Amino acid sequence: MTLAVAFTYAAGASLLIGSFFILVGVIGLLKFNDPMTRLHAPTKVGTIGVGMLLLASIFASVAEGSGTMHELLIMAFLFVTAPVSANFIAKVNIHLRNCDIPPAPPQDDTWSTLADQRLGIDNATPGAKVSES
Amino acid sequence: MLMRAYRWLLPHPLLTIVLALVWVILQNGISAGMVVFGILLGIIIPWMTSIWWPDTPKGFRMGRMVTYTFLVMWDIVVANIQVAWIVLTVPNAKLKPAWIVVPLELKQPEAITVLAGTITLTPGTVSSDLSDEGHSLLVHVLHTDDPDAVRDDIKTRYERRLLEIFS
Repeated sequence: MTLAVAFTYAAGASLLIGSFFILVGVIGLLKFNDPMTRLHAPTKVGTIGVGMLLLASIFASVAEGSGTMHELLIMAFLFVTAPVSANFIAKVNIHLRNCDIPPAPPQDDTWSTLADQRLGIDNATPGAKVSES
Repeated sequence: MLMRAYRWLLPHPLLTIVLALVWVILQNGISAGMVVFGILLGIIIPWMTSIWWPDTPKGFRMGRMVTYTFLVMWDIVVANIQVAWIVLTVPNAKLKPAWIVVPLELKQPEAITVLAGTITLTPGTVSSDLSDEGHSLLVHVLHTDDPDAVRDDIKTRYERRLLEIFS
């Protein structure tokens, strides 16, 4: 019985920590004023915020006596997919020139997202995109 | 001949194992039928998708990958606290975001993908782009006084280990 109580408390603590980091992530999303810095906030929510909530779920299910492994799967899928979406948002920012132009790479010609620049395609002005596609 | 049949049937043996394992975990309770079905899925799915993933990574050290995973998880926790502190205390005007160019020694696409994913998952850094021939990685840092130190940290902490894993 005491073990179940301990797991319940552990679940509560994990919920609090996870909620705190999600709150900080939301504050960051609202506070930052640049598209690229704003992108940093959701990565925090996606990793430790959701991770702690899932840990709480594991603790709660153990306290009830029915442990599942589904939370580990959710975590694994999240860790695989989250960087892809972050990368896409960053690429869109570079593509639309919403941020500072990054420094040129040392070895190759340019960044792959900026490769259209060499072809003389202007993505920064909205009207120009229509003729491109 | 046997080797070629094996390569044809199992283009990605690791993917087969992972898919079977994921299927069993999804069932929430182990039974022989589900294990067999998981293994069947693990054979059919890599076989059907092998057109889009033609090259099998040659060397892959599982043991080092496990230690690498734990290292990354620890770094995620530490970086989370650092970034939370930055979000709550540093005002926008004093924030010093920076682009960092990381020259890559890794050649395999799978290894570069793991490195880029690691950089994005550790809060405070987002991998944004790859140079057109894949020799350097563009990383955005939320707040740093010394961009070169962050670059060296990525190279020594993550890339060196990944070079050992994918060798």
